[in-house]
Amino acid sequence: MNPQQVLSQFQARGVQTCFHGRHIDPQIYAGLDGTNWRLKDYEARDGYKALRKMLGLAGAQAMTPDQVIATVKESSLRGRGGAGFPTGLKWSFMPKNYAGPKYIVCNSDEGEPGTFKDRDLLQFNPHMVIEGMIIAGFATGSAAGYNYIHGEIFQTYERFEEALEEARAAGYLGDDILGSGFGFQLHACHGWGAYICGEETALLESVEGKKGQPRYKPPFPASFGLYGKPTTINNTETFAAVPWIIVNGAQAYLEVGKPNNGGTKIYSVSGDVELPGNYEVPMGTPFAKLLELAGGVRKGRKLKAVIPGGSSSPVLPAHIMLECTMDYDSIAKAGSMLGSGAVIVMDDTRSMVESLKRLSYFYMHESCGQCTPCREGTGWLWRVVDRIHNGHGKQSDLDLLDNVADNIMGRTICALGDAAAMPVRAMLKHYRHEFEAMIAKAEAGRQAPHPGPLPAGERVSTEARSA
Amino acid sequence: MNPPGTSPDRSHPLPAGEGRGEGISDATRALFAREVAKYPADQKQSAVMACLAILQKERGWISPETEKEVAEYLGMPPIAVHEVTTFYNMYNQKPVGKYKLNVCTNLPCQLRDGAKALRHLEHRLGIAMGETTRDGLFTLQQCECLGACADSPVMLVNDTTMCSFMSDDKLDQLIDGLKNAEQA
Repeated sequence: MNPQQVLSQFQARGVQTCFHGRHIDPQIYAGLDGTNWRLKDYEARDGYKALRKMLGLAGAQAMTPDQVIATVKESSLRGRGGAGFPTGLKWSFMPKNYAGPKYIVCNSDEGEPGTFKDRDLLQFNPHMVIEGMIIAGFATGSAAGYNYIHGEIFQTYERFEEALEEARAAGYLGDDILGSGFGFQLHACHGWGAYICGEETALLESVEGKKGQPRYKPPFPASFGLYGKPTTINNTETFAAVPWIIVNGAQAYLEVGKPNNGGTKIYSVSGDVELPGNYEVPMGTPFAKLLELAGGVRKGRKLKAVIPGGSSSPVLPAHIMLECTMDYDSIAKAGSMLGSGAVIVMDDTRSMVESLKRLSYFYMHESCGQCTPCREGTGWLWRVVDRIHNGHGKQSDLDLLDNVADNIMGRTICALGDAAAMPVRAMLKHYRHEFEAMIAKAEAGRQAPHPGPLPAGERVSTEARSA
Repeated sequence: MNPPGTSPDRSHPLPAGEGRGEGISDATRALFAREVAKYPADQKQSAVMACLAILQKERGWISPETEKEVAEYLGMPPIAVHEVTTFYNMYNQKPVGKYKLNVCTNLPCQLRDGAKALRHLEHRLGIAMGETTRDGLFTLQQCECLGACADSPVMLVNDTTMCSFMSDDKLDQLIDGLKNAEQA
């Protein structure tokens, strides 16, 4: 076997994460099997029907851009990337009579720990994202778009490039789409390992060929975006939701979910469950049902806690989580965020101090360094949690953590600072006793000097070498 | 001369020519042109990430000479290319082994044996995270979220190939398989 053949034995086929048959009324993952990602397969699933309908090529009257935006607004579709901002409203912010290029950008820089839905979507149903982006281009009067794909899923980036070639050859992309007179060009580009580029203005900087440091907002991308031009940025799953809405109508989409929370949502369930994977279910599905789809807590253990919307969202204890339904409003009411729909499940054997230590290391590692409170504060948070976890905590450390978190929150250009501080606050709110117990133990037996912090994983390796 | 901190690590042998500024081939220029064509004519700089990734695949790492070549091709200052190389985690700023293994140890993977996989590879390869084996075959690194948390233990090989569900047995198979492929 050559090296590539060796490696190909270990590649995921999507069976565990996507083709498990345990979605509920899926719209985006419907009918996928891993082999049917090509244009002809997508067309056989009614693909590009929404585009034809919109352009008046399916018998009915063509829609106007305003009608498309109104339909998306009425559907209650909210951004699937994390913020949950109403998509139709975002599209309506694009200036109408702008003389010059406007852009559509897709944020496929999926690096929020716990999130892996867009990877399967782009890998197994790329044309749905392409169709959604073309529709967005029409609605906002934009003639070009870019899909920025997480550098770590380079194979998926290559797959998307292939899908783009198919769409161009079939006349779905180009100067005169299907002879309608409407033109839209779409390209793929990739990141190369920077979590911060999932932040929309950092992503724009990265597309421009710079280091990905976020911009001040305002101005928002709708007025000053890519190359300083009006730009609409949405998450991959958001674009993929659009064709269904155009074909079936806003009301039908809304009825799938619950008021103010239209449609289906893909949840990436990871951690201590029997069957980790992506689960597409209607908005408002009870968390208990989602946990059941994922096979329940691993090894029959008890549920301890859940991080419901990616690593940046506040942790919720089991008893609160089990009362929640999976939608923006229910999770917000419980004190956390639905975020990107990344559900990290932890069982009753897990140490919250250890969990927070790894997350704090991540935020320190990925801080872009632009704002002092984040650049310095994330390091402080990690060093303090690290020493608590390694048996060198002090009584004053919990106040220190609170203090540092307070001094990061709301004092940075982008949300990474908040994202680093929020998990700390939530962990201390719900699991303070675990931190206190470790500190008390350390205070009682304080002898050896603190060895100094090490990158996560390195302490393990040091121990391994000396063993 | 290399600026401080970017001097190549000569602790393992480097195939002749690799990492040096040996000039961009016509085939590579064609790949570059395809990337540049995606962007408006006055925005060639947008292709810098892709061009660097292409050269990293060819040369194994991004040397200061490589940065200069990319800068010249795209008409941007070398320091602007260097800013990109140093900002994004996946650019190798010094030579790495023939196979760069990046194991995710972030929280969702930590809950599903990600750190255990890293430790297993450390034992198996006889190196610590961040190091390269003496034969220059393997570099082992810890990495942040690959966006494949359900596949944990999961690792990325040479920036492009994701390997999933890497139990200790599978890790051994992968290492043995690559070693055999090299000897064949």
